[in-house]
Amino acid sequence: MASRRRKPAGKAQISLVVNGEPTEVAFSPHKTLLEVLREDLGLTGTKHGCELGECGTCTVLLDGQPVLSCLALALACDGKRVETVEGMARGAVLHPLQETFADLGAAQCGYCTPGFLLVAKALLEENPSPTRDQIKQALAGNLCRCTGYLKIYEAVELAAARMQGEEAEAKEETLYGRR
Amino acid sequence: MLPKFSYVRATSLDEAVRLLSSDDGARVCAGGSDLLGCLRDQVFECSRVVSLTGIDGLRGIARTRDGGVRIGALTTIADVAADPTINQSYPGLAQAAGELASPQLRNQGTIGGNICQKPRCWYYRGDFDCLRKGGTTCHAVAGESEFHCILGGAGCFVVHPSDTAPALVALQATVRIAGRRGTRSVPMEEFYVLPNQDVRRETVLEPHEIVTEIVLPRPAAGMRSSYHKVRARGAWDFALAGVALALQFSGNRVTAGRVVLSGAAPTPWRSREAEEAIIGKQLDAATAAAAGRAAMEDAVPLRRNGYKIPLFQGVIEEALLAIGRA
Ligand SMILES: Cc1cc2nc3c(=O)[nH]c(=O)nc-3n(C[C@@H](O)[C@H](O)[C@H](O)COP(=O)(O)OP(=O)(O)OC[C@H]3O[C@@H](n4cnc5c(N)ncnc54)[C@H](O)[C@@H]3O)c2cc1C
Ligand code: FES
Ligand code: FES
Repeated sequence: MASRRRKPAGKAQISLVVNGEPTEVAFSPHKTLLEVLREDLGLTGTKHGCELGECGTCTVLLDGQPVLSCLALALACDGKRVETVEGMARGAVLHPLQETFADLGAAQCGYCTPGFLLVAKALLEENPSPTRDQIKQALAGNLCRCTGYLKIYEAVELAAARMQGEEAEAKEETLYGRR
Repeated sequence: MLPKFSYVRATSLDEAVRLLSSDDGARVCAGGSDLLGCLRDQVFECSRVVSLTGIDGLRGIARTRDGGVRIGALTTIADVAADPTINQSYPGLAQAAGELASPQLRNQGTIGGNICQKPRCWYYRGDFDCLRKGGTTCHAVAGESEFHCILGGAGCFVVHPSDTAPALVALQATVRIAGRRGTRSVPMEEFYVLPNQDVRRETVLEPHEIVTEIVLPRPAAGMRSSYHKVRARGAWDFALAGVALALQFSGNRVTAGRVVLSGAAPTPWRSREAEEAIIGKQLDAATAAAAGRAAMEDAVPLRRNGYKIPLFQGVIEEALLAIGRA
């Protein structure tokens, strides 16, 4: 445990690299990574859903791997890299996945979106041109109540194509439905 | 919100064992993906979480000198599923790990935690004073029993939730355990405890003991293994009915091996009836169907899980036919 600086009594302190930035944070030892991100670091992009491990909306990348922050103790993350949805854009420039999710309407209420974006980001870093089946498998731990998943899969495919340098556009049918 | 506890990251096995021995409220934590759920639901008390993640040597997969494999308890499920040696020599274990939970949970859950996880019965996890928690009845008997056991129940009717455990029993793995009195090895088959032996525990582990590794013997010549699992959802779910096979073949004929069921009983359930039905035979349609029927001969369903009997017959039959063709 990083205890170089003085920490408040009863609290634990750890160092994290959050979205590229070295951070020290103090909190009660029984808090989850989800709670520390939202309550102690003010990063409310990571959503609080079922807290049972069933919905995936609390997903963050821990040392590059998707994990459920509702089932991770923050103390167990000392020294690790955490990436949340807040870290995906570069200033005002959205990540290609954020762009295609917005363009295709792959988000409706949006509650599931941070989790989907991060899992998809990790997938494309490992496998830049996944098949539809590989996308489905990678996203199997994330629940969406609104979209029916189709637009999410298409948004991942479109972002993958663009990140490979193709000048891909959304399909007419995806944007306007079948005519 | 989790209830309050203190947290220690042990840096050696000795330290972890000492911490567990000196404090009745101490609990082992590996990935935490099952433990945190239990603490949130107040399934048991915990005043101190002892994390194993700072202990060297508990992670990774390596060949043993006699041609087997050892898997460190802290190896993630994702790493087990992806490991080339496991896929080549013990495909049944790789399949079980690859079909378990969701991708995120496979990244954070460990194999040690997976074999030690607590039952998923909704009464046990919920706000019920059930037999396994020190109460007087199993509420599934008169209540909602869709996901409960059909074999091995006695007083309590949970099923064991692990997918890796039946594969490890089939493959004749051994669990290495460290505790106050040193280390010991227990065959996976003897690691679990049925309710009629002790309804308050799932495994032979003492509170001060830690699983350090799982050792798989060198696969015998002609050994094939597989894991088949039926679940209610396509995306992920626990097994409604599953079967782990590790069979030795001579030509087309089964000469020895194990058939182990998941989702059937409070422990991984070795079906000696199914084994007897196939040993010495070729796995044709009649033999496979007979094995499925034999496995369910002693099954006693509760009010709502009778569907499991034909489901098991079907999945056992399918799994046997598939491994016969492999
Ligand atoms: C939504 C959901 C779906 C799931 N689906 C499946 C599924 O389909 N199939 C399946 O098999 N599992 C499934 N699981 C359970 C699985 O993911 C376990 O949570 C995981 O494998 C536990 O590993 P862990 O390292 O996180 O264990 P932890 O949560 O750290 O520990 C689990 C338990 O084991 C004890 N323990 C852990 N490591 C050791 C050790 N080395 N020695 C002694 N005791 C130890 C702990 O004290 C605790 O009681 C699911 C879980 C969730 C939340
Ligand atoms: S909030 Fe973590 S999985 Fe639902
Ligand atoms: S957009 Fe509403 S849950 Fe996915």
